[in-house]
Amino acid sequence: MSVFKEFTKGLWQELPPFRLVLGLCPVLAVTKSATNGLGMGLAVIFVLTWSNILVSALRKVIPRKVRIASYIVIIATFVVIVEMATQAFFYPVYEALGIFIPLIVVNCVILGRAEAFASKNGVIASALDGLGIGAGFTMSLVVLGGLRELIGAGTLFDVEIMSAAYRSHSFSFMLEAPGAFICLGVLLAIMNAVSAPSSS
Amino acid sequence: MKEIIQMIVVLSLISGVCALALSGFRAATAERIEDQVLQNVQGPKVKLVLDKAENDIINDRKTISVNGEDVLLFVGKKGTETWAIAYESKGGGFGGDIKVMVGYDIGNDTLTGIQVISHKETPGIGSKIAEDQFTKSFKGLTTSTRFKTKPEGGDVDAISGATYSARGVCEAIRNSVEIYPQVKKQMQAQ
Repeated sequence: MSVFKEFTKGLWQELPPFRLVLGLCPVLAVTKSATNGLGMGLAVIFVLTWSNILVSALRKVIPRKVRIASYIVIIATFVVIVEMATQAFFYPVYEALGIFIPLIVVNCVILGRAEAFASKNGVIASALDGLGIGAGFTMSLVVLGGLRELIGAGTLFDVEIMSAAYRSHSFSFMLEAPGAFICLGVLLAIMNAVSAPSSS
Repeated sequence: MKEIIQMIVVLSLISGVCALALSGFRAATAERIEDQVLQNVQGPKVKLVLDKAENDIINDRKTISVNGEDVLLFVGKKGTETWAIAYESKGGGFGGDIKVMVGYDIGNDTLTGIQVISHKETPGIGSKIAEDQFTKSFKGLTTSTRFKTKPEGGDVDAISGATYSARGVCEAIRNSVEIYPQVKKQMQAQ
């Protein structure tokens, strides 16, 4: 199997929120706008790729019985680094994402990749796996966030798309939790209609 | 036995290296983060509250202690004379704490304005408390105003549909006005 496949599988076959239906908490919570989705996605790519690399590099050193604890320590470290970096350099993003940046620690996509992939594969394959799954995750968040922002606020990446009349009477409930569930449900249905449900 | 020692050593080493990396990163970003918080969160609001100030409000900030609690005090000056002060306080809203920056003209003890710094109110309904239409109604009120909504027997017009949110803002202002005499005294003693 070519290493390239490790990257591309995350973009469709194992697209985390839609195909695996994993890591839904941030997916539902932060996608009030496309920008928020992108910010969260980039944070996840960083954490996922680096934790995959380290877990993979240390996979022969870490004793099996303490592996989960070790993974959590490694993941938490990168999450805190991301948190401090967004706070220092992208403050508006930090404000918008709030508690969901620290909560990346418990995002099951990341621990899932560490346990299911990085602990069994080489460093390069693991890095590509992290990048691919992360990119797929980001893509999903941007699509979901963009859809909700467009319908709910009439903007996309804060650029006004809809007419002023629409924006003043938009479906602001799409920005609330029910809107997130509805959007996610519709997107899931579309994805399942396009291809047979994932067997994994 | 060998296995246990190996587990302890490996996990300790990983934790140690991670802790070291984090404290290094923290040291490198701490100053910038503090600066960003001031510039992005409080800065713009303070400038709106102390709109007539001619000095660099953010650089001229100071910390004073009131009733054992630290208060970050922003001072607005006209020329060299202190014109107004502003500090943050909070009240309980519908969805959580509402943080409000209140500015006072220390010459005649009136409010130079208020700004909502952060809130967790319902978007589109309670979030109206952060809009100009509501906040500007506090401008020029004296500190002896009864900061309660009219249904509660006060002097403040509530927002229809956002009663709790408006009450939360009033509570924050009451908390702020409560310590104002002490803040002013300390300010003038310096």
